[in-house]
Amino acid sequence: MKAFLKKHKFDFPIIMVFVLFVGSSFYFNYGPGKQILKDNFWMFFKEMILVLPVMFILIGLFDVWIPKERIKKHIGEASGIKGMFLVMLLAFIQAGPLYAAFPVAYLLWKKGCSPVNVFIYISAFTTAKIPMLTFEIGFLGLKFSLLRILITIPVFILIGIIMGRYFKRNKCKINEG
Amino acid sequence: MIPLTIFTTLLVIISFIVDRKKTIKGIQKGLKQFLKILPTLLSVIIIISIVLFFVSDKFLMEFLGKEAGLGAYISAAVIGSVSLLPGFIAYPLAGFLVQSGVSYSVIAVFITTLMMVGILTIPIEARYFGLKTTIIRNVLSFIGAIIVGTVMAFIYYLI
Repeated sequence: MKAFLKKHKFDFPIIMVFVLFVGSSFYFNYGPGKQILKDNFWMFFKEMILVLPVMFILIGLFDVWIPKERIKKHIGEASGIKGMFLVMLLAFIQAGPLYAAFPVAYLLWKKGCSPVNVFIYISAFTTAKIPMLTFEIGFLGLKFSLLRILITIPVFILIGIIMGRYFKRNKCKINEG
Repeated sequence: MIPLTIFTTLLVIISFIVDRKKTIKGIQKGLKQFLKILPTLLSVIIIISIVLFFVSDKFLMEFLGKEAGLGAYISAAVIGSVSLLPGFIAYPLAGFLVQSGVSYSVIAVFITTLMMVGILTIPIEARYFGLKTTIIRNVLSFIGAIIVGTVMAFIYYLI
């Protein structure tokens, strides 16, 4: 418990101040405070509370069922182009905000996914999620979406390779969170 | 969202039938990880909510608009990096900006940084990757987003 509090030494004060701020905004009928809660905070909170617990359950199941050897073989160090393709596919079919990618990245890494593929996964996750593409095409057009994705893919593969090399050279680790 | 929930529920049921103990262990493991990161998530979305309060549509138009020139790219990259918007808000907003005269290449920079760079989510990312790796990834992604925007600027209006 002490370690938990220490780890979140900035988080709890922020949460407490916010609760006080919102509480007094309602008490004194302060418009901006009410708006921040109703329009912004509630939207993000809903997104988080609907997506993340489900995702973490999936992560937990994946953790106990999928053996390390299998992950290592398909997306590990020696997996080459096929491995890159697989992590990209995995990222594309997901939904959720950027921070939902990090626990998955931790799990993949723990199970033997190569660092390059971990970083390609994160970039791919942010670039082109299929559920979001329908939105993008609807509001910005097919030409925009296709061009953006085609230009972005080589850029994020390059970022993945650079990050992977850095990660290995410095013997970095991914933590449980 | 709903497909993910249905998919997970099905998996949980199948997993439970095959091995009850393992399933419970997996769910416990997952939810424990969620609770561990929850305070950081909450404090980050609080900060984002407050920042977003100050970033209105009018504010964006002023910085990304037609007459803004090179400055528009820089503003798009900076605003995109700082804010975090779910897609169902970001795309309608981007559509509105395009209709109001903001160029597609500026929008490409905005969308790319919005998604790949997360300055406000650094506290969450750093819990997993450590602060140094997190900063390097965000800086590289920022540069990457500028490249994407520049290439878009050259190609989009050519074809």
